Amino acid sequence: MNAAPRKRRKGLTLRGREIASGYFFIFPWLVGITFFFLLNVGRAARFSVNRVHVIAGYGLTQDFIGLQNFYNIFRVHGTFMREMFTSVGEMLINVPLIIFFSLFMAIILNRQFMGRGLVRAIFFLPVIMASAAIANTIEMSMGMIMGGSSSIPPDMEGAGGGFNAAAIIMLLGSLGMPPQISGYITTAIANLHEVIRSSGVQILIFLAALQSIPSSMYEVAQIEGATSYETFWKITIPMVSPLIITNVVYTVIDTYANAAVVETAHLTYIREMNIGASAAMSISSALLVCLVLFSICWAISRFIFYRD
Amino acid sequence: MTQRLHAIAESPRFKNNLQKWTGSVKNFILGLGIAVIVAGVCYIIIAPLVGIISRAFMSPSDVINPLVFLFPLAPTLYNLRTAFDLMGYNTVLLNTLAFAVGMAVLHALVCSFVGYGFARFKFPGSNVLFGLVIVSIVVPIQSYMIPMFLNFRFFLGSPDLNLLGTIWPILLLTATGVGIRSGLYIYIFRQFFRGIPKELEEAAFIDGAGPMGTYLRIMLPNAVPACVTVFLFALVWHYNDTYYTSMLMTGNNMMASALSSLGFSYAGWRSLMELPVNPILTQMVVFGGVLLAIAPVMIIYLFLQRFFVEGLERSGIVG
Repeated sequence: MNAAPRKRRKGLTLRGREIASGYFFIFPWLVGITFFFLLNVGRAARFSVNRVHVIAGYGLTQDFIGLQNFYNIFRVHGTFMREMFTSVGEMLINVPLIIFFSLFMAIILNRQFMGRGLVRAIFFLPVIMASAAIANTIEMSMGMIMGGSSSIPPDMEGAGGGFNAAAIIMLLGSLGMPPQISGYITTAIANLHEVIRSSGVQILIFLAALQSIPSSMYEVAQIEGATSYETFWKITIPMVSPLIITNVVYTVIDTYANAAVVETAHLTYIREMNIGASAAMSISSALLVCLVLFSICWAISRFIFYRD
Repeated sequence: MTQRLHAIAESPRFKNNLQKWTGSVKNFILGLGIAVIVAGVCYIIIAPLVGIISRAFMSPSDVINPLVFLFPLAPTLYNLRTAFDLMGYNTVLLNTLAFAVGMAVLHALVCSFVGYGFARFKFPGSNVLFGLVIVSIVVPIQSYMIPMFLNFRFFLGSPDLNLLGTIWPILLLTATGVGIRSGLYIYIFRQFFRGIPKELEEAAFIDGAGPMGTYLRIMLPNAVPACVTVFLFALVWHYNDTYYTSMLMTGNNMMASALSSLGFSYAGWRSLMELPVNPILTQMVVFGGVLLAIAPVMIIYLFLQRFFVEGLERSGIVG
C-alpha cells in the first residue's frame, strides 16, 4: 500500500523536483506580485489610456481616449519631457560616483582602527535621516551651520567663499583636459554632499559583503606571496561583485524615487486631479528607467563572479 | 671611511631595520590619509545634526543672541520636554517600534525564503520572474497608489471588507514580498545565497535534508549578515515611512507622522494657551523632536552592529 505514493514521488525526476521546490520557495511572492502589484499596475496602465473621473464617495469612471494622455504629456506639457531626460541623465552621472565612493568607504570601514564603532554609527546616520519629516528640518538646520544670518557676523560674510567651479574648469582646460571630463569632475565635487548622503545603504551592503569573505582566502593569498594590490583585485573585488550589481540597482531606484519626474507625476494627480495623465507620466518614466537599469545590469553582469 | 659605511649599509641588520622603518612610515602615512578622509566625510554627515542638537538645547535667549554659535549659554531641556509631551512619545514609540520590528522580522523571513528560491533553483520562467522583482522596486508606489487604495478599500471586490485603517494592508503586502522595498531585500538575499558555496548544500542534500531543511538549517544561519542588514533597513524604512502609513493605516499614530505634525501641534498649543506663535521657537521644538525620533533607531543600530561580523567563517568550510 505504501509503495505506490513513494513510487510516484520517485517518479519526479531530479529536474522536476528542482522546479517544484523553486516554485514552492517563490510562491508567497508570486501571490503578492500578482494580486498587489501586477493587478494594480495593470489598472494604472488602464488609467493612462482613459479619461478618469472621480465620483465622490464611491469610485471612478473611465472613458477610453486612446493615446491622448501620452500625446498630451509629451507634446503639450511644457516641462515633462525635459524633466524625464534630465532625471535619467543625473542618475547616470551619480550612479558610478556613489558606487565607487561606497565601495571605497566600506573597505576603509572594514579595516581595524580606533573608534571604528563610532565612525560606523556616523555612517549609518544618513540612512536614518532619509525620511521626509527629518529631511525638511535638516534643510532648515543646514542654513544655520553653513552660514545662516545668525551664525556669521555681517563683516565676515563672503569671506568663507564658495566653491569656484568655473576657475577649476578653466585651469583644467588650460592643462589640456577635455571639457567633458573636467565638467564631470567638477559636477562630482559639487555633488559630494549629495553623494555622501545617499550612499549610506550602499556602504552597509558592501560592508556586509566584505564581512562575509572567508578570512582563509586572504591567508592563502598571503602564504602564496600575493601583494595587497593583487589580493584586492583577485579576491576582494570578485567576492563583492555580486553586491556591486545590487547596489547599482538600489542606487538607480533610490535616485529615481526622489527624481523630479515622480514628483511631477504625483503633483499632476494631486493638483490637477488628472489621474490619466499622471498614470501616463509614471508609466513612461518607469519604462525608461527600467530600460536604463536593465541595460546597465546586462553590461555589468558579464564581470560578475558567482560561486555556483 | 666609505668602505665602513658601505659595510654597514650592506649588513643584514641595517637592511632589516631600514625595511622596518620604511614599513612603519608607510603605515603611518596610510593611516593619516585614512583618518583625514574618514574625518572629512564624517564632518559632512554630522554637520547638520550638530546644528540640530545645539538648537534643541538652546533657550530662547540664546537663539536671539548673535554671539552664541553652537554652544548655548543657558542650555535647557524645555524643547525636548515639550516635544516629548506633544508627540505623546511613550505610546508613539511603543506603537511604532512594535510595528516596525514585527514588519522587519517578517521582511527578513519572507524575503530570504523567496530569495533562496531565486538563488538556487532553475525553473521555467525564473529569469523573467526575477526581472519582475526588479521592476516591482523600480515602479514607484505613487504610480499605482489609487488602484492599491481601492484594492484595500474593497478587499476581494466586496464593498464591506474595508481594510483601510488597520494593520492588514501593510501586513499582507509584507508577507507576500511586495511591501516597502521588499524587492530589494529579495535581491540582497539572492545575491548573498549565490555567494555561499554550493558544497554546503550538496553536503546537506547527501545527508538527507530536503530543500526546506537545507534552507532553515544551512542557508539561514549562514546569512546572518544579510539578515541583519535587511532587518535594519526594513526597520528604519518602516519607522520613517509616512507614505504607506498615511495612505493605508490612517488613524494609527506613528513616529514619522507625529514628527511631521509636531510643528503644527506646537503652534496650535501655543495659540490655545494664548501665547504668541513664534516660528523660531517652533523650529527648536521640532529639532528636539528629531533628536527623540532618531535616538531609538540609533541605539538599535549600535546594538546590532556587532552581528555584522558573524560571517561565513563560522561555518568552518574552506574553499
